[in-house]
Amino acid sequence: MSNPASSTNMTIKPRKRSARPSALKLLARNHLALMGAVIFAGVIILALITPWLPLVNPDATDPANRLLPPLSDGHFLGTDHLGRDLLSRLLWGTRVSLAVGISASLFAAFFGSAIGIISGYFGGRTDNIMMRGIDMVMAFPYILLALAIVAALGPGLMNALYAIAVVNIPFFARNIRGVTVGIVHREFVDSARLSGKGHIRILLSEILPNVMPVIVITMSTTVGWMILETAGLSFLGLGAQPPQADLGSMLGEGRKLITTALHLSAIPGGMIFVLVMSINLLGDGIRDILDPRLKSGALARPAPVTRIDRSTWDGPAHAGSGHVNGQPGAKRDAEKGAILSVEDLRTEFVLGDDVYKAVGGVSFHVGRNECVGLVGESGSGKSVTALSLLGLVASPPGTIAGGRVMLDGRDVFDMHEQEIRAIRGGRAAYVFQDPLSTLHPLFSVGDQLVEAIRAHNRVSYKEAWQKAVELLRMVRIPNPEKRADSYPHQLSGGMRQRVGIAMALANEPELIIADEPTTALDVTVQAQILKLMNNLREQHGTSVLFITHDFGVVSEICDRVAVMYAGQIVEMGTTQQVLENPAHPYTKRLIDCVPRLGETAREIAAIPGLPPAVNDLPVGCAFADRCDRAADACRAGAIDLDPLGDGHAVRCIKPMEVRHA
Amino acid sequence: MHVYILRRLVLMIPVLLGLTVIVFLIMSLIPGDPALAILGSYATPENIAKLRADLGLDKSLFSQYWIWLSNMLHGDFGRSYSLNRPVLDEVLERFGATLILAGASLMLCTVFGLLTGVVSAVRQYGWADKTLTFVVLIGISIPSFWLGLMMMLLFAVKLRWLPVSGMYAIYGGGDLPDLLRHLIMPAVTLAVVATGVIARLTRSNMLEVLRQDYIRTARAKGLDERRVIYRHAFKAALVNVIPVIGVQAGFVLGGAVYIETVFQWPGIGRMLVTAIATRDILLVQGGVVIVAASYVLFNLFADVLQHLIDPRVKA
Repeated sequence: MSNPASSTNMTIKPRKRSARPSALKLLARNHLALMGAVIFAGVIILALITPWLPLVNPDATDPANRLLPPLSDGHFLGTDHLGRDLLSRLLWGTRVSLAVGISASLFAAFFGSAIGIISGYFGGRTDNIMMRGIDMVMAFPYILLALAIVAALGPGLMNALYAIAVVNIPFFARNIRGVTVGIVHREFVDSARLSGKGHIRILLSEILPNVMPVIVITMSTTVGWMILETAGLSFLGLGAQPPQADLGSMLGEGRKLITTALHLSAIPGGMIFVLVMSINLLGDGIRDILDPRLKSGALARPAPVTRIDRSTWDGPAHAGSGHVNGQPGAKRDAEKGAILSVEDLRTEFVLGDDVYKAVGGVSFHVGRNECVGLVGESGSGKSVTALSLLGLVASPPGTIAGGRVMLDGRDVFDMHEQEIRAIRGGRAAYVFQDPLSTLHPLFSVGDQLVEAIRAHNRVSYKEAWQKAVELLRMVRIPNPEKRADSYPHQLSGGMRQRVGIAMALANEPELIIADEPTTALDVTVQAQILKLMNNLREQHGTSVLFITHDFGVVSEICDRVAVMYAGQIVEMGTTQQVLENPAHPYTKRLIDCVPRLGETAREIAAIPGLPPAVNDLPVGCAFADRCDRAADACRAGAIDLDPLGDGHAVRCIKPMEVRHA
Repeated sequence: MHVYILRRLVLMIPVLLGLTVIVFLIMSLIPGDPALAILGSYATPENIAKLRADLGLDKSLFSQYWIWLSNMLHGDFGRSYSLNRPVLDEVLERFGATLILAGASLMLCTVFGLLTGVVSAVRQYGWADKTLTFVVLIGISIPSFWLGLMMMLLFAVKLRWLPVSGMYAIYGGGDLPDLLRHLIMPAVTLAVVATGVIARLTRSNMLEVLRQDYIRTARAKGLDERRVIYRHAFKAALVNVIPVIGVQAGFVLGGAVYIETVFQWPGIGRMLVTAIATRDILLVQGGVVIVAASYVLFNLFADVLQHLIDPRVKA
């Protein structure tokens, strides 16, 4: 299990270039599933060829040679209490068990799927009646209903088969109905209906092929049970009746002699186990292949702190693409007293063979009581930059591949997990975008605030609760004593964001990292939140790193702005410099996208083309392909962030004309 | 809350009625004439006709159901012909033993299932996760009746650590320690499959939850990882696992049939198997109705519990 090769089935397949491997290849990559497939196939083949194998008649008794142990002469697995050859009986019994289990499974799949498809396709009253019936059947403890059926029909292998099949119908019906409901209003079904196809043809030609994978998944997960349960009924004496024998009834007979002849119960029981285990292994493999969510490997658990691997990083001295100001001296002056300074930050996502350079060498600083905006389109790397600062990028697949984040003179990436944890929510706090998904749904907002307070202060729950109420009052939530008991889903979007801000303020941070805090809110609420943040900044002297895509918001709150494109800062300066005199063509286009009041005739110019994929960045300017000023030099090599004076800097060979006052 | 429980109790009534209908319909599948079966093939036609009238077999299916149901509601489940005593007395006596066994199993599988799932998720792809995942797969693939036999052979016959079978020792038993000693093996065996199912579900739910934004928020607050996992993630995962624990109660109650047979536990499962073999239909009917009803009740309990944990679930 632990050999390194087996980890190949967990890595993520590259998305571009190579096509998705075929299902069989995927199965072969999953070693356990492959093992299951091989064993299961082996058992099937053995069962199929049993009649032609040179075996003794399984029912031929031989009292002189009863209860022989395994490996006896002429009886490889020994004999039972009547002297019958156990190997022969085992193979014939396996044949019966397999046949019964698979038939029951097909039976359940056929009727269950039929009910599910019809119920899901017709909906309404048909659906209601059928599903209530299914619910009724599911209200029985699983095997109990099978027992009742066998009780009525009488013990016997066929009756056991029917019983087990019937109790498994609901699993199919429910799963298949769910999928059918999901596709019944899709375009291809509608168009089939419009083209005049009848219900039956639509069901067979449009619906059935699409629900087939779910039928296969459900079968692969239930066929093992069904073999197990029919064997169980036989074990209880309610299934196969002598002289007919399946694995379960052999085990039931062997059980009586368990202390004298262990092999009589160990071998058939072991056979059931091996058979069911191989089916389950195979079934898991099939499910993993057919279930796209598992396949993408997205279910990997994120670590508490982003993985840091700066082995390929050549240090901040490298005067490469990430530098802000040409002269190191000037830079030091500017950053003196900065609360946060980021140098050449590089964050990558490794997916299969591809490396996505989401943040490719970003440097900036935030001074005391300063608000710096980080602006860019979605996918520009601004949020990843924000999350990287305190190691909150999900990892896997994220990795900090280089750079330094200096908080009060210390590099966050050199710290221990506990030290980073002490900073999170302490000296530096986050406000996230969508407060419905970022607040825990099952804890009251008061409770979540108390947690934030008590994570950094040794105070009693009661004291913390009072502080929480104070915080809610501070962010102007009406009736805070009562609101503290509310759950996030009971609050409006604006209220939730106020709670998010209150949570960030819980330990009077020096720096607030606000990751699009107003994006999910409507405009009036947006204005309120911005006003609130501005007030808090004035009252508490907090610094803010404000991530947004909205230049309107930037002009309201930010002192300085950094514009990001394809993982790099392309322009930086005071808000006034950047907004009034954008130097980078990209910034210019971005600002032109913002509609302004009173300029009705102005054309809103969307930027043609798309940003380059960050796993396939060009050598030169990443914006060149979308830029009408681009020249050959733009594509030739890396371009530095060049100072224009007064702290204004741009990463462009042919910047727009800048008129400094 | 009270309103919610009340509403659920009222909604239970049609489900219970549906259960009795299904049981009744299944029993009406029985081929042949029950009167003939009871009296044997030497019975005279007059006797058969009289018994048929006594049993109400000459009435319509619906009125037969109605008589059966109203009798049950009055506590009359009929008389077991093989045991010659009222069905309800026998069923209730046996049901106590099954409840002890199933209750202990359900506790075991809940505790160990959740624990295994959480550890597996936290150590995802580590050796602990791989080992546990494999063990869990064995657990859900192994026939419980076979596992019970093998455990019995090892721990009772070979090592003599635990009693072989039964609920109490015949001589000098009858107290709680004696019961517990007898309970260990059957309860563990019965819990194995359900533990596996709960563990798998807990693992996948934990992994799902750990990717959520609110977990990132918890980390951004500076909470330590233990708190993030065991308070924030676990509570969110638990909400999804609880209904499945309710479903597992059904598997445990059903699986008790095998385990009671293997360990000679005097519960309702073993009673049912014997009753089926002796074709004591009234006993089967009564047993199935009582067990199914208790399962419905347990699921109600699980729903209420989920409702208590998750404020978003509407009544």
